[in-house]
Amino acid sequence: MTINEIQDELISDFELFDDWESKYEYIIDLGKQFPPLEEQYKTEDNIIKGCQSRVWLNAYMDGDLLKFEADSDAIIVRGLVSMLVKVLSGHTPEEIANADLYFMERIGLHQHLAQTRSNGLAAMLKQMKAYGFAYQAKSVNAE
Amino acid sequence: MNIPFDISSIRKDFPILNEVVNGKQLVYFDNAATTQKPRVVLDAISGYYEHYNANIHRGIHHLAEKATSAFEQSRKRLQAFLNAQFSEEIIFTSGTTDGINLVAATYGRKFLKEGDEVIISTMEHHSNIVPWQMLCEEKGCILKVIPINDEGELLMDEYEKLLTERTKFVSVVHVSNSLGTINPVKEIIEKAHAVGAKVLLDGAQASSHLHLDVQDLDCDFYSLSLHKIYGPTGMGILYGKRDLLNAMPPYRGGGEMIKEVTFEKTTYNELPYKFEAGTPNIADVVAAKYAIDYVETLGKANIAAYENELLKYATEAVREIEGLKIIGQAKEKVSVLSFVIDGIHHQDIGVLLDQQGIAVRTGHHCTQPLMSRFNITGTSRASFAVYNTKEEINLLIKGLHKVKRMLG
Repeated sequence: MTINEIQDELISDFELFDDWESKYEYIIDLGKQFPPLEEQYKTEDNIIKGCQSRVWLNAYMDGDLLKFEADSDAIIVRGLVSMLVKVLSGHTPEEIANADLYFMERIGLHQHLAQTRSNGLAAMLKQMKAYGFAYQAKSVNAE
Repeated sequence: MNIPFDISSIRKDFPILNEVVNGKQLVYFDNAATTQKPRVVLDAISGYYEHYNANIHRGIHHLAEKATSAFEQSRKRLQAFLNAQFSEEIIFTSGTTDGINLVAATYGRKFLKEGDEVIISTMEHHSNIVPWQMLCEEKGCILKVIPINDEGELLMDEYEKLLTERTKFVSVVHVSNSLGTINPVKEIIEKAHAVGAKVLLDGAQASSHLHLDVQDLDCDFYSLSLHKIYGPTGMGILYGKRDLLNAMPPYRGGGEMIKEVTFEKTTYNELPYKFEAGTPNIADVVAAKYAIDYVETLGKANIAAYENELLKYATEAVREIEGLKIIGQAKEKVSVLSFVIDGIHHQDIGVLLDQQGIAVRTGHHCTQPLMSRFNITGTSRASFAVYNTKEEINLLIKGLHKVKRMLG
């Protein structure tokens, strides 16, 4: 699936919920089910510090595809992180670098991305795209 | 309790309390971060811009006269609020942080030298840590920290041990923003003065709750922000003893703070203007007087009594939340209730309460070293002001039960 197809799927998943409680219960569930990042990757280099919660992001190339693993110490942020990983992980660096992420806004969760200092989500997204640009440049140089 | 004023009529003074957040009537418990503003303050700000906006002190026309007079009346009002001896001891700043930086950068730079010691405490806000660290780094001074006990009270015996003839400055918070602890500042000041050190009090939290009398306290400097006393943001005052302020070099250069400028030499204006370079925040300074009038009409003692009642009620009520632990259980406290819940991240609490229209603050509250002292990364903090009610506290308790159920 393309990045946009995954985003559209998430948007339709969320259309099932008609109140905030079921919406957040779903995000909490996503957070609980999201596999934790192995301790060895929870390094100072991989940490994105927010004022309130911490996010860890690990990136690696798997063939031509850039993959992400991530974690957070707060469960709701963890659920949101899992969605960002679901949308962006496993695509080419170019696709990730050029991705237009609209699903958070459509789901009505954009305030979590706007709280730049508090939860590290916006910084994480920026970092994911930066990895996309970096690996894209690397593959161009290798050619 | 016999409430000396009518809370429902007070609530009507604050238009923002009618806001609907996420479909619910706003419950605002983030008062330690900033208080809401009564109508009189909002009217004072728009009234200034609508009727007498002009740059102050230099103009000879009607509007400039009127603006200057309102501006200087505010200074006198704040002088009375702190019971300062002279009005020129009141310096307008952008807030508490600005005032502390001013003292560190002027008094600190001029009078402290290598090997001198500065004392702060474990419960300081970053704004009363970083300016002193910067000074110590520049001058080669040593920063010492008063430890606290598990209740969140300063260990005064340890403080005494830190005081030596090398101690040149003590800068401590009057009331902790994270814990609510009221510190024994009079004793701190007396003991610092006994070794010849000067004392600054960070009054950001204290100023809306406690009666202030800088002459009685005998503090050398007192810094506060008006936005925490129902006044406008971006505006505060630094009180300093006149002799000290006179001995200090200016902080920022520019208009207003000068007497005469040539390219060879500039002479500086007298107090308080020496420290007020540039066009000040006139509208908010003018409105500050109305905030102080509002507080004093209600009566600070009445406000404190009511807030303490709310704190007591909330402290009792949160007991029913399983796994909840209050951080900051000092005997002397203002209406700040900081807590953690076993197994639940504070940010999750904040997000889910917000969905229910309840505004609390979560995180480290700009006191990271204090959080480390308690081995936590942050707390959830509900802080109460004069317009809050027990009904709202009941909604918080209900909200916390829901948070626990959703995250359980």
